[in-house]
Amino acid sequence: MGSNTMLREVVTRTILILSVLVCALSTHSTFAQTELAGSWAATNHEDLAGDGIPVDYTGIPLNEEARTRALSYSESQLAMVERQCQGWPAFYLAQGPFGLSIWNDTDPIKGTVISWTVGAWEDRAPLTIWMDGRPHPSAYAEHTRAGFTTGTWDGNTLVTYTTHMKAGFLRKTGPPSSDEATMTLRFSRHDNVLTVLAIIEDPVYLAEPWIFSKNFQLSATPVAPVGPPCVTTYEGGTPGTVPHYLPEKNPFVEEMTKKYQVPRDAVLGFPETLYPEYRKKLKALR
Amino acid sequence: MSARYPALLALIAVSWLVRPLITQAQNQSGTAAAASAKASAPVDLTGYWVALVTEEWRFRMMTPPKGDYSRVPMTPEARKIADAWDPAADEAAGNQCKPYGAAAIMRVPTRLHVTWTGDNTLRIDTDAGTQTRLFHFDPSPVPNERTWQGYSRAQWEGTALVPAARPAAPTSTAKSLKVVTTNMRNGYLRRNGVPYSEAAVLTEYFDVAPLPDGGQVLLVTAVVEDPRYLRQPFLVSSQFKKESDGSKWDPTPCSVR
Repeated sequence: MGSNTMLREVVTRTILILSVLVCALSTHSTFAQTELAGSWAATNHEDLAGDGIPVDYTGIPLNEEARTRALSYSESQLAMVERQCQGWPAFYLAQGPFGLSIWNDTDPIKGTVISWTVGAWEDRAPLTIWMDGRPHPSAYAEHTRAGFTTGTWDGNTLVTYTTHMKAGFLRKTGPPSSDEATMTLRFSRHDNVLTVLAIIEDPVYLAEPWIFSKNFQLSATPVAPVGPPCVTTYEGGTPGTVPHYLPEKNPFVEEMTKKYQVPRDAVLGFPETLYPEYRKKLKALR
Repeated sequence: MSARYPALLALIAVSWLVRPLITQAQNQSGTAAAASAKASAPVDLTGYWVALVTEEWRFRMMTPPKGDYSRVPMTPEARKIADAWDPAADEAAGNQCKPYGAAAIMRVPTRLHVTWTGDNTLRIDTDAGTQTRLFHFDPSPVPNERTWQGYSRAQWEGTALVPAARPAAPTSTAKSLKVVTTNMRNGYLRRNGVPYSEAAVLTEYFDVAPLPDGGQVLLVTAVVEDPRYLRQPFLVSSQFKKESDGSKWDPTPCSVR
């Protein structure tokens, strides 16, 4: 046996032994998971939709471009035949008032989970979470309302990552999201409580990641996995027109300030309003 | 010589197969032999954290108007109390810290400073209202006195095995902190007088998640059960972002307004 052969042998053995040690001693198990399948009722003790007033962007770290676009939006656009069934982006899963129906599909031979699915609502597409390690598509691939989602386990938390969503809205009242937006969700189950932490990134419209969470409770009453079909109808608008507001003409921009004394920069989602030190400014305004 | 490779590959395969059992054994032996809660912590909660008020902004950053109790499952008795809310009376009675009790403090726009006090007590200080919470991991007896922050028992969730989803998933690798708090004084769930009673029990779960920029977010899920003032458990969750130091720490006293 030559010296090169010997060296190769030693290196090969070392790699194999290290592989064995890494496999055996790693505390991160690929099997680690918790049961998420079932019906989860939304508790709705927090208002995450924030759509009670036409201009309420509180809590969203918008940039200037997003703010301008949001203020041009009129909810009458939803009366347009072309937009009645547009639905909301995948973010709505963690914002809307509905519960979650979650199930998984398993490989019939291996028993491993191929995907998890969070069922649809009337105005939100189902979210399929691929667990089989497939890559995200090319940046130029089709963008859909639900986007493309992959998932992994971090301990007992299911972590999902969504790309390829169509441009839509961060909140139903107009703050926009671009087709470059991504969404990370963390599904953490504690006893019969499921908390979904959402981290939304959008290089076009957000000044910083938008982070929020929503809670659900395990429900013995089934949550429907789909909503009723959306059927369009003529609602009286003028065909060919898109309802909107010109700059500085949104009639609802002062409504929240008048009703609740919320300062305008908070209403319009300036990022600094998300942090505790903003309360000093509030006190100074009193 | 090459005949040895199948044996090594078999060893790798066996290691993969028995790894969950080794992990379980590590967890169990760790639990049994853990010198302290601090030493066995599956996640590091210490440091400075700042509240991200991305939800319910006007209920948290401001004092909502009297009578605005949206989404809180109050009993009729609780509504009566809230309808009689009088901040001046709270001030006169020295109850300025009523909105800063344990059941509400994590919803307050505040910074947290999390430290260990000894090996089995985790301490959380808030700069808003200058409150201190102590999470006891040791089985010391619950004191009789009631305080704003009550008495909190804590456990790492990963120390208890969770029933597996399938036989192939035998262990829990949870990395959460569970805290149950009792012995609280009467307080407010919301600043405008929505009450919780001394009978309330607060259960919280603390999870840490990475952020895209390399930072961390602390997620606190809170369940308030109050047979007197709540028709059903009140369930909310709050987010905090980790800060590199305490340079923005700004202690302020309790205020009911």
